Amino acid sequence: MTVLLDPTSERSPTIRPRLPRPERLDGLTIGILDIAKPRGDVFLHRLGERLAERGIAVRHYAKPTNTRVAPLPLRQQIAAEVDLVVEGLSD
Amino acid sequence: MAAPVLGDLAREQGLTVYTQDDPSFPETVPGRIDDTMLDTSHRLGIEVVPTLIRFEGGREVGRTYGWDRGEWERISGIAGLGRDLPQARPGCGAKNVEPGVLERLRIRFNETGLKSRRIEIGSDEDEQEAMFARGWSDGLPLVPPTEERVLRMLDGTARDPQEILGLAPPDLAPATVEKIAVNAVMAGCKPEYLPVVLAAVEAVLEEQFAMHGVLATTMFVGPVVVVNGPIRRRIGMKYTYCFAEDEEGSSWEPLSVERGLKPGQSAVTVFAGYGLQGIVDQKSRDPESLAKSFAGSLKALSNVKHAPSCDALLVVCPEHHRTFKNAGWSKARLYEELYRLCEIPGDDLVAGARGVAEGGPPSLAGKSVNKFRPGGLMIVRAGGDAGMFSGIIGGWSAGGPRGSLPVTKEVKP
Repeated sequence: MTVLLDPTSERSPTIRPRLPRPERLDGLTIGILDIAKPRGDVFLHRLGERLAERGIAVRHYAKPTNTRVAPLPLRQQIAAEVDLVVEGLSD
Repeated sequence: MAAPVLGDLAREQGLTVYTQDDPSFPETVPGRIDDTMLDTSHRLGIEVVPTLIRFEGGREVGRTYGWDRGEWERISGIAGLGRDLPQARPGCGAKNVEPGVLERLRIRFNETGLKSRRIEIGSDEDEQEAMFARGWSDGLPLVPPTEERVLRMLDGTARDPQEILGLAPPDLAPATVEKIAVNAVMAGCKPEYLPVVLAAVEAVLEEQFAMHGVLATTMFVGPVVVVNGPIRRRIGMKYTYCFAEDEEGSSWEPLSVERGLKPGQSAVTVFAGYGLQGIVDQKSRDPESLAKSFAGSLKALSNVKHAPSCDALLVVCPEHHRTFKNAGWSKARLYEELYRLCEIPGDDLVAGARGVAEGGPPSLAGKSVNKFRPGGLMIVRAGGDAGMFSGIIGGWSAGGPRGSLPVTKEVKP
């Protein structure tokens, strides 16, 4: 572990805060990311249907394998195309 | 050489030997303590080995270093020590004060006094990416500001690390010597450059430089730093955009002297300027022609239709300076001639005149207007020895008292 001295005015936290959650989904595009866990696709597909019924734009994505982080092009594509992402993390 | 003496001391007085390198030395002394971690050496402030300290009741009452028979006899109270040894020999530098080692010990003993927030970077994390992710860089590599490096940087100045140089815009955070040292490490500075950096920061944070505006404007300006005085040569400054005036061989007073400092004093002058506009003149051999050549180029600054226009720093190269020097033109004379030559007929400056929509109000017609406000032009001598290429560094369009004024500061050790 390396310890560095902060060169800034120290007016922001050292750990980047998460983006705030949106208050409403109207007008947003939602990404649904299947990380390739068993039956995750079933759950996420149903979730996508429910969101679409409410008139929300939905895009589907899938990771090739749950054992590795998503490939960079996929992460960049998701970041460019949607406002928020839903993924299933476990079996 | 000293082993028998140490053996004698151990027998007669009781002696504990702390060894910095070889814990098996000296065999003549049973009470040896391994101080290869240097903790005890550091706590006792050892600078030279050997150091002999006498303790009574747990308190130090006497100390000597190197080998000096008289001193060793005085401290130990034993006469006739080391009869076979010479009278005196200097010691060697102690390991605990070696560069790098001392910094690590000060960090381990929490004695650095550094106040900056510590940021932990995971061992698998890429330091460059971690710094970039925090917005410390624009993506170019930085030197990671570790505590050791910052301590070594602070050795470059006698100033207190917590001294505040000014309030740094836009959020008016106090810029301490320590914070500037952290940033200087990241920028690849050597400790001996730090005094110049500190003076430059102090200068740009002066009210009249208007650093907030210089940072916030959409115009292409930034601080240009001119360095004067002996520090230029001590740190071997090259001619870049933070550049040293070429004082050697000049017949003119340096910019810092013109601006009120003493000759021989190291100084920085900051100027809110933008990219260099060259003045190529390879034919003028008399000062009149060269001054006209300079003035013509100066009059185009910002826009030929602007007057008074931005401030300017005129950088006269040595070969051009020679022409003025040989003709006996002082710097004051050149200023005088340039201001005279930079008078422009107002008719040419009116918006729409000469087919250019840009320009000033119709009231300029019939008047004569100078390209520069009084004091808006500064002259320095700098650049390579060969080549008849001088330069103009144009200033912020909000130059002058309503915006940014040049600031000169002494470089303090």
